[in-house]
Amino acid sequence: MSEVKIMLGNEAIARGAYEAGVKVSAAYPGTPSTEISENIVKYKDHIYAEWSPNEKVAAEVAIGASISGVRAMCSMKHVGVNVASDPLYTVSYAGVNGGLVVVAADDPGLYSSQNEQDTRCVARAAQVPVLEPSDSQEAKDFTKLAFSLSEEYDTPVIVRTTTRLSHSQGAVTLEERVEPADKPYERNPAKFVMMPANAKGRHVYVEERMERLAQDGCQMEINRAEYRNRTIGFVASGIAYQYVREACPEASVLKLGMVHPLPRKLIEEFAAKVDRLIIFEELEPVYEEQIKSWGIACEGKELFTRQGEYSANMLREVILGEKLEIKEAAKAPNRPPILCPGCPHRSTFFILNKLKIHAAGDIGCYTLGAVPPLNVIETTICMGASISTLHGMEKAKGKDYIKNWVAVIGDSTFMHTGVNSLMNMVYNQGTGTVLILDNSTTGMTGHQDHAATGKTLQGDVVPALSIYRLCKAMGIEHVTEVNAFDADTLEKTVKEEVARDAVSVIIVTAPCALLKGQKFPNICAADPEKCKKCGACLRPGCPALTKKEDGTVQIDASMCNGCGLCAKLCKFGAIEVREK
Amino acid sequence: MTKNIMIVGVGGQGTLLTSRILGGIMVEGGYQVKLSEVHGMAQRGGSVVTFVRYGEEVAEPIVEEGQADILIAFERLEALRYAHFLKKDGVIIANDQRIDPMPVVTGAAEYPENILEDLAKEHRLYRIDAQKRALELGNSRVFNIIVLGLAARHMNFTKDQWLAVIEKTVPQKTVEINRKAFLAGYGEQEGSTDDY
Repeated sequence: MSEVKIMLGNEAIARGAYEAGVKVSAAYPGTPSTEISENIVKYKDHIYAEWSPNEKVAAEVAIGASISGVRAMCSMKHVGVNVASDPLYTVSYAGVNGGLVVVAADDPGLYSSQNEQDTRCVARAAQVPVLEPSDSQEAKDFTKLAFSLSEEYDTPVIVRTTTRLSHSQGAVTLEERVEPADKPYERNPAKFVMMPANAKGRHVYVEERMERLAQDGCQMEINRAEYRNRTIGFVASGIAYQYVREACPEASVLKLGMVHPLPRKLIEEFAAKVDRLIIFEELEPVYEEQIKSWGIACEGKELFTRQGEYSANMLREVILGEKLEIKEAAKAPNRPPILCPGCPHRSTFFILNKLKIHAAGDIGCYTLGAVPPLNVIETTICMGASISTLHGMEKAKGKDYIKNWVAVIGDSTFMHTGVNSLMNMVYNQGTGTVLILDNSTTGMTGHQDHAATGKTLQGDVVPALSIYRLCKAMGIEHVTEVNAFDADTLEKTVKEEVARDAVSVIIVTAPCALLKGQKFPNICAADPEKCKKCGACLRPGCPALTKKEDGTVQIDASMCNGCGLCAKLCKFGAIEVREK
Repeated sequence: MTKNIMIVGVGGQGTLLTSRILGGIMVEGGYQVKLSEVHGMAQRGGSVVTFVRYGEEVAEPIVEEGQADILIAFERLEALRYAHFLKKDGVIIANDQRIDPMPVVTGAAEYPENILEDLAKEHRLYRIDAQKRALELGNSRVFNIIVLGLAARHMNFTKDQWLAVIEKTVPQKTVEINRKAFLAGYGEQEGSTDDY
């Protein structure tokens, strides 16, 4: 009997890649896609897997592997697709040699993202087919199928997942890995050198390919008309299909597995057989607009929002007209995510806050420096943007305008795209101050390595790229390294550097408090006798500190990591840092 | 009939391990199981929720408002926040712990009083100071398994089934302490097993 395992959607995608005989996988971590690579590396005897510095590089690594003749994959979150879109749009023309799959993880509901974009829109623009699974088993099966389709139709294939699918677990039947023979590489400039004359020819092919896929899609098993009661027929894919099955088990459903290009004939047939056609798709009205453009009457976004996740309850209310007896949610204070106890970012932000400095921010745990009580970060757009937006402010308003501004970016994000922005600041005579918060890892996504950590995804120890020397090599004279918890030096350095009429970089070092192997020799304890209830220690917002009913402060020993920031803020010596 | 369980708490409290054990026992029991969890940013000390559903056939992986049979809350305020997910006859298993969220720490909001007492007026509620019990066992981190032990009384699996799954799921070094933790919670409610 074949083995059945409960798997996370992302784990199942990784398993699918393994079973399909993938040989190369590249990615940059990003919620909700990260666990794909973290699971692929478990097959490192069969698959080369790497963390690339960003999604563009990851896509290009996979493209190169495909051109050389092996099956290759890259995976990324939805906004990572933007970074990778340059190679993606053109590899759509070039096509593949070995099967090439791009996994894109969308985040309806913005659990951990800066926008709610829909990868299906990108795929339409790039003319790349998309498969969308709706549970863990399909996540594995569709990933495998994506590689066959890629080779059969000479195209990259996107496997689209969403947070809810990526981070849900369900049963998966495991199969053996197939080892497809490497395809021979033959020089073929008309296909792989995308200069205008060649690309013109490939564009003709792309159109034909998409037309053929749309027709063949009508016979694909993954596009499935399920006829039950025909009063209502739903068109749905992915997790939205599960909500339909949950709330309206008697309704007919056209379940789309290939969501681009759409199987037009199949949809027309289905529409003709049901009384009322309802398109139930999270985010953008991608199916709805196409189906309406064919002159088929249907309902979609007039019933359901373009925002956030869908649910079965939505269908119960809107379609079935049920009055759900749901109690109002209790009024409970919010519990927003916070920086951990002992987080080096807290110390840095506390000093910036004290100096009344504004920060152009970036993407990472340190984005939490935007919220109370730290309130330092004022802009967050995308990876790498902190440095370039600060530069734009300076060019708009002059160098004095940014004397109380800094750019704040993490080490991993700096490697991702911050490097380019810093080069630009130097080249175009900026004078900004850049804080690179180097916590020796990619923190937010759960500790992934990068070029400056000295370790690879497969666990190889490699020379760590020196951020200091990289900045120096760019021609930046003023590069300082300061420990995040050396508050006095950090404060002094920030003051000096923002005043300077030149680009300066302050590398603020201290490992992430959650990083594996981190030892915390110290612990803080508050003495209620000495505590004057002034609350100074509470200002940085450490979750280990609470005010007792009598107003004195207590420190939760199970949470405290002994960073000592609170002790430094106590003028009355009421907090002691002692060895554990 | 599908059963719906929610585990709620504060990021870092170990909801994922608990849901993995729950998923494991349901597979052993021959059910179809789906779980849904929270990763990434929300985990950083934020409010976290994990859904576990099992039955003959399970479609969606989440539990929606008004649908939960059991709400396992690792923290009082989180029990309050998600109580409206419960069915009318749903059960709350609550760890009697308070963790102040940032708006309370900064004084922008107040931590509600008597949460569990008020919830007990409307729901069947079982509470345990699992932190205290865990410290008695000598490891403050296993409090989540103590709470799971109490919750296990409301699911139709035997003690031995639970222990076997725990053994398979937790790291080898921690099997013994987790066994003890489970039994501490399980024994808390001797004789009051729900028929379920």
